[in-house]
Amino acid sequence: MIDRTQVLHVARLARLQLTDDEVGRMSTELSNILGHIEKLSALDLTDVEPTTHVVAVGSALRPDVVRESLPREVAFEQAPDIADDGFRVPSPQA
Amino acid sequence: MTHLTDLTAKTAIDAITSGDLDAAELFDAYRSAAAAEDLNAYTWVADQTPDLGAAAAAPLRGVPLAVKDLFCTAGVPSQAGSRILEGYRPPHTATVVERLAAAGTSLLGKTNQDEFAMGSSNENSAYGPVKNPWDRSRVPGGSSGGSAAAVAAGLAPWALGTDTGGSIRQPAALCGIVGLKPTYGTVSRYGMIAFASSLDQAGPFARDVTDVALLYSHMHGRDPRDATSVGHPEATVLPTAERMDGLRLGVPEDLTGEGVEPGVMAAFEAALQTARDLGASVERVALPHADYGLSAYYVIAPAEASSNLARFDGVRYGRRSGADDLVSMYTKTRHDYFGDEVKRRILIGTYALSSGFYDAYYAGAQKVRTLIARDFTAAFAGVDLIVTPTSPGVAFPLGAKTDDPLAMYLNDYFTVPISLAGLPAISLPCGLSEGLPVGLQLAGPAFSENRILDAAYAWERALAFDSTPSRIGAAR
Amino acid sequence: MSVEYETVIGLEIHVQLKTNTKMFCSCALTFGEPPNTRTCPVCLGLPGALPVANAEAIHLGLMIGMALGCELAPRSKFDRKQYFYPDLPKGYQISQFDEPLCAGGGIGGVRIHRVHLEEDAAKLVHAGTSGRIHGSAASVVDFNRGGTPLAEIVTEPDISSAEQAGEFLRLLRTTLRVLGVSDVNMEEGSLRCDANISIRPVGQAELGVKTELKNMNSFRYIEKGIRAEVARQEALLRAGEPVTQETLHFDPRTEQLTSMRSKEEAHDYRYFPEPDLTPVLITPDMLERAHAALPELPAARQERFERDLSLHPDTAKLLAWRTELGDWFEAALAASPAGYDAAAAGPLANWTTNELITRLGTDVDPATSNVAPAALAQLVALVAAKTVTANAGKQVLDVLVAEGGDPAAIIEAQGLGAVGGEDTLAPVVQAALEANPAIAERLRGGDMKPMGVIIGHVMRETKGRADGGEVTKLVRAELGL
Repeated sequence: MIDRTQVLHVARLARLQLTDDEVGRMSTELSNILGHIEKLSALDLTDVEPTTHVVAVGSALRPDVVRESLPREVAFEQAPDIADDGFRVPSPQA
Repeated sequence: MTHLTDLTAKTAIDAITSGDLDAAELFDAYRSAAAAEDLNAYTWVADQTPDLGAAAAAPLRGVPLAVKDLFCTAGVPSQAGSRILEGYRPPHTATVVERLAAAGTSLLGKTNQDEFAMGSSNENSAYGPVKNPWDRSRVPGGSSGGSAAAVAAGLAPWALGTDTGGSIRQPAALCGIVGLKPTYGTVSRYGMIAFASSLDQAGPFARDVTDVALLYSHMHGRDPRDATSVGHPEATVLPTAERMDGLRLGVPEDLTGEGVEPGVMAAFEAALQTARDLGASVERVALPHADYGLSAYYVIAPAEASSNLARFDGVRYGRRSGADDLVSMYTKTRHDYFGDEVKRRILIGTYALSSGFYDAYYAGAQKVRTLIARDFTAAFAGVDLIVTPTSPGVAFPLGAKTDDPLAMYLNDYFTVPISLAGLPAISLPCGLSEGLPVGLQLAGPAFSENRILDAAYAWERALAFDSTPSRIGAAR
Repeated sequence: MSVEYETVIGLEIHVQLKTNTKMFCSCALTFGEPPNTRTCPVCLGLPGALPVANAEAIHLGLMIGMALGCELAPRSKFDRKQYFYPDLPKGYQISQFDEPLCAGGGIGGVRIHRVHLEEDAAKLVHAGTSGRIHGSAASVVDFNRGGTPLAEIVTEPDISSAEQAGEFLRLLRTTLRVLGVSDVNMEEGSLRCDANISIRPVGQAELGVKTELKNMNSFRYIEKGIRAEVARQEALLRAGEPVTQETLHFDPRTEQLTSMRSKEEAHDYRYFPEPDLTPVLITPDMLERAHAALPELPAARQERFERDLSLHPDTAKLLAWRTELGDWFEAALAASPAGYDAAAAGPLANWTTNELITRLGTDVDPATSNVAPAALAQLVALVAAKTVTANAGKQVLDVLVAEGGDPAAIIEAQGLGAVGGEDTLAPVVQAALEANPAIAERLRGGDMKPMGVIIGHVMRETKGRADGGEVTKLVRAELGL
């Protein structure tokens, strides 16, 4: 069960604004989904190692060799707001 | 006369090689068809036929390729079915797209998909749903619905898709074509807009097994830009098997029955009989934890997605909603430009990773993953390949499941356990139910693509399913 | 009766590693290039871009681990630390959570908790008034620095004062500099330090509530900041008020501490294993390569100076912890007439750490001065041979510092050679006694206290070239004592 308060808390963590209506709907839908996921708790998972990579591979490291960076105009091309040679955002302190 | 767009890629390549067909003529035929299509399969189509000189000299002879929207393609819209990336043209190209271009394919267009590959019906695309060419009132499956529909309808000879929990196999089944989800890691993920990193895998769609094998043979290979990529231990060879003698097929006893439409089960049973006729043996195998696959999947995939989608913050690219303070800019942008299903999964995933819930949800799901992988290892000690229906049902009407996320998720019941174990699997049309295609799924141990392709090839010949675009639905 | 408090400090030090490229992409590290000219799809967090770890960063991390005596994990992994901020392009920082590259160890009496690798954030610059958005304050992000490899070194809470924190950091900085893994420049941000500070009544086992002092950019400020925070906590507790767990910023100009706590809820970083990267497996080859690259470290050098050269521990430490000073000293010792020898080492070390440093200034590298190592070695040998007195030797050193040159030549040219032997010195002593009859009388009466007056007189007359001991001897002889 995931109530409105939890939906709002999680939405805040995920930086997702929700309308009042959406909060209610998500609360119901997420509860249903989580109900299904609860099935996992039926299993005894002590002593089972979690799998993070299905195909076992060793370290895949990169040699420390410089490759050309993007030209700045390319880096900026898709940006919503460029100013002073950088990506402009509302100030975090504002 | 035969339609150029009815030719399989291999046939077309042979014709170009022998001089009987001009590569530009083939491209043009597809380009015209794609530009005029009414399935909403494409989100972008090449506006002219490129100079195919170099491509036509390469092994794949300039044959056109449709690419799922989420593969970044330099200078070409790459929107992953999302409003937040509307108009986004990246500076970089996905490794697999580069590899295929080097092998001689030419980019025909970008195909519609569920937003960020989250969906099983293509109804979650911000650019509208895709229609199933077999019945325009039905879904093509998802999330690679545009690619599957395009190939089935003769709008592309073959296409690239991605599969996280079934997103190649299920739409291939619903559209009556062949789709391969390779062993995790064999195809580079570099440049693929990520959904769930530990599960995402690119794969080919085509109208027959030979074309799937041919396209896949040029896709795989270790990529230094993807740390999780692995080299395939063997080259992919074009399948030639005509029989299935000695092949041991396993039908998981824990994964059949319940929830499967009778027509699908009938087509599946008939296909098993065909396999026996070809010399295969069919037996039951135990996959005791496979039934927990969906639960584990619906923790892992959203958790990783919630993290992968954090970069869509309106700062460096993509859409932004205006706001005077930073937090409002973030929350409004993500509210305004993410669709409902994406929001749902971000919330589930954030919840599953949040303080106090991690062990029960994410860590637990990763442990179930271990159990499922062990089940498969044990099963493959007794059988060569595992076979299931690809999807519990045939293509469903548009809108039928949009209000019930859980019902939608059940579409992935057969495909998800294999994804969790990182194993290769193909979906192959095996017949019709209610006049709509039914797919069967054939899975094997890691790196067993050649064996899967060989078995699928022999089976395909015997099943004789007609996937010729111009005759779609002719047998209905 | 008032309660006595003791201070408990743990440090978190971020060190930018000196690789050619960033932690997870092939962009060159930035050295003041124009903003946003060192970026690529990976460090801009473009859709579909994937990180690949820099082998050299792992190598440098192993060297740090070895130098700090850590245990090196045969397998470590990367995790995602998630939060939204404009300087964090992916919405998460790739770091190491529960399986760091190195754990345990210690240096300078402070235990190391762990060392892990991560990527640096980009730079957020406050935009001027022209850059405001709808009249509101705006910032501008420069991604050049984003993705620079960082090693985060976390100590155990073993430090009990601001001074000890400063001393530990100096040793750590020298160690890292000797290793060559970083520029370790606090002003430029290649070495950054956060301090976790708490106090508790002496004798209490349980730790007090800690605060975190963030991003102090010089050793002096760190010590000042810690002192200010300890004082603040102590004042709170003495007033019966609790210390609140929070993050603080110390302004070195105003010496004020301000809380950085935002309105947002406490961070929930939602760490999980980075699925885009495979675990780092440390091979014997990697260990061997890191080991072979290790130079002699300050702590080992100090020990060697004490053991082989019989230097006083304080002197040995001063020379060993300041690499450039130690190098200069060893060059001088090698050039000394007696050769690299323990007998010459003591006086030479004293001249280096006392006379030379005083004249040059504490932070000056003697290699950049006019004094050649061989020159000081020669001077110290001349003093030892009494060719020149210690006092005159200091005058020679003044000349060396001012214009360089050869000590023997300076002594010759300025007539600073020791005035010795009865023949030359006895008349001067005689004259001194005659000029100070009252003193002479007291000495004669057995009161040796005013001996200095006579020696001073002789020194004045000889411009410091006389040996004090010899003067005393002559006075006694003259007075028949």
